[in-house]
Amino acid sequence: MNGTLLEIKNLRVFYEVRGVKAPAVDGVDLLLRTGDALGLAGESGCGKSTLALACLGLLPRNATVEGSVRFKDMEVVSAKPGRLRALRWAGISMVFQGAMSAFNPVKRVGDQVVEAILLHEDVSRSEARSRMRELFERVGIAPRRAGDYPHEFSGGMRQRVMIAMALACNPPLVIADEPTTALDVMIQAQILNLLAELREERNIALLVITHDLSVLAQVADQVAIMYAGRIVEEGSASEILTTPRHPYSRSLVGAFPVVGDPASRGVPTGLPGDPPDPAARPPGCAFHPRCPNAFEPCDRIDPALERHGSHLAACHLVAREAES
Amino acid sequence: MSARAVRRTRRIQAFRSSAGLFVRNRMGITGLAILIVFVLMALFADVLAPEARLSVTNAPGAPLQPPSARFWLGTDELGRSVLDLVIQGSQISLLVGFLATAISMLIGALVGIVAGYFGGWVDVILMRFTDWFLVIPFLPLAIVLAAILGRSLFVIALVIGVTTWPGTARVVRAQVLTLKERPYVERARALGAGDRQIIGRHILPNVFPLIFANTILVVAVAILTEATLSFLGLGDPFSVSWGSILESAFAEGAISLGAWWYLVPPGLCIVLVVLGFTMCGYAFDEILDPRLRKR
Repeated sequence: MNGTLLEIKNLRVFYEVRGVKAPAVDGVDLLLRTGDALGLAGESGCGKSTLALACLGLLPRNATVEGSVRFKDMEVVSAKPGRLRALRWAGISMVFQGAMSAFNPVKRVGDQVVEAILLHEDVSRSEARSRMRELFERVGIAPRRAGDYPHEFSGGMRQRVMIAMALACNPPLVIADEPTTALDVMIQAQILNLLAELREERNIALLVITHDLSVLAQVADQVAIMYAGRIVEEGSASEILTTPRHPYSRSLVGAFPVVGDPASRGVPTGLPGDPPDPAARPPGCAFHPRCPNAFEPCDRIDPALERHGSHLAACHLVAREAES
Repeated sequence: MSARAVRRTRRIQAFRSSAGLFVRNRMGITGLAILIVFVLMALFADVLAPEARLSVTNAPGAPLQPPSARFWLGTDELGRSVLDLVIQGSQISLLVGFLATAISMLIGALVGIVAGYFGGWVDVILMRFTDWFLVIPFLPLAIVLAAILGRSLFVIALVIGVTTWPGTARVVRAQVLTLKERPYVERARALGAGDRQIIGRHILPNVFPLIFANTILVVAVAILTEATLSFLGLGDPFSVSWGSILESAFAEGAISLGAWWYLVPPGLCIVLVVLGFTMCGYAFDEILDPRLRKR
């Protein structure tokens, strides 16, 4: 039951831009078991989405991949196109960000869900249609709306249909890439509850990618924080969200006001600076130029991801605190 | 009202509003009216001008008669009614025009979609090939092709189709380049869809309006080209088209004889049909692209 589903080992993805190879993902290890819910957080450009696309073998042509992504018994990185296509959706499906643009505007939404089923399963069109109706029902969309076009749906409804589509082939793993961007908080909560329910109900593993930690608080058990293509801290969701250790995680968590703490209201602490250019990584710890706690070895020695108590963290400060 | 009925009325409304735009567009409706007249003329050509009356050996009238009550548009050098010839000619001219357009669209859309979608060296090769067809002077190429391939209706259509596709290919490619980067194409790929599925289900429906709008304009060019080639004597010698009427009029010296009734009607027909298609094409452009609409 708790078998390993997805195992990422030392994954590196480079984008070649004008002859320069820039690492977008730079040595990531991740493990997902059946039914796990892992949240991957980090700011824009830290490599979260690239990581997700690598799991499906969907990277653009100018990307080169090193390392290994294993889904069950299948090596994704070196897989042939035919096997990759079979893996997509039936093995790993994806809830895309911005559900508006993830639908073809000239096709009825129901047909687009049916397309997913027909691509992977040898069933009749009418059978696929009846399954599509069940899925619509399950995600809370009246099945009679299946004949409508995407522009006739609201943002939240489209995201529901997107989720229905993701479940169409009963995949054991669903990757949700920013599932709630551009939705208001109420709808966001509904969508996240729906994802959590479905995960429970169908024993699906979830990989949720976001820059919004409050999303992870709702759906994830484990959280990994990414910075500049690497995981800098990993641990259980409650620990990371309440007692982050890495200075970067701390500033991420600190950027949210704490409910019930009047002192934090209105003054979320920001983090100055931008993430580093992947083509020009700073020496030592990639975070040290922005780190409020940087000290002597940070600009020389790159800290490794090590276990400190219940967390994994890549930081000299955390290591020193653990020693003392 | 059931959802289906709501949907149906909504769609009828959408169609009505587009149709309304077209009807209110004076240019479009004039063009359409012209085309309807000519299409009806072509469809009922055998009733309006039975082929028996076009027999060369027992022509109904005297040669080169000016218009009269019996022959509204006079007669040709063999004594056939020019009106009958023009009516019969409409059939061939339109048929070749449509056939050539179909060929041209097929090649243009295929090349444009494949080049745009696959990109890379496929794109480079196909586009250089397209450029090659674009820069070659069109008429000499058409003449050479028609001369080599022989003289039949189908060959004429093929020659026109083969020489008019590059424009369509370029436009379609440009559109496909933007379409293939849309998130729903990526989503389809994540779904496990292959290239054929993505092109057929996602790219084609989205470039279709563009292809359609292009078609209307190409038909006009094709009809004009058919007339040109026939006038140059490269048409099918066994069928009457507007171009071939002009050719024989010219060959018989209609100009020096002052037989204007022989020259003017086919020429006018060509101008009207081309005008009709062009007007419709512009009207469709305006409907499909709201920015062109006059406030």
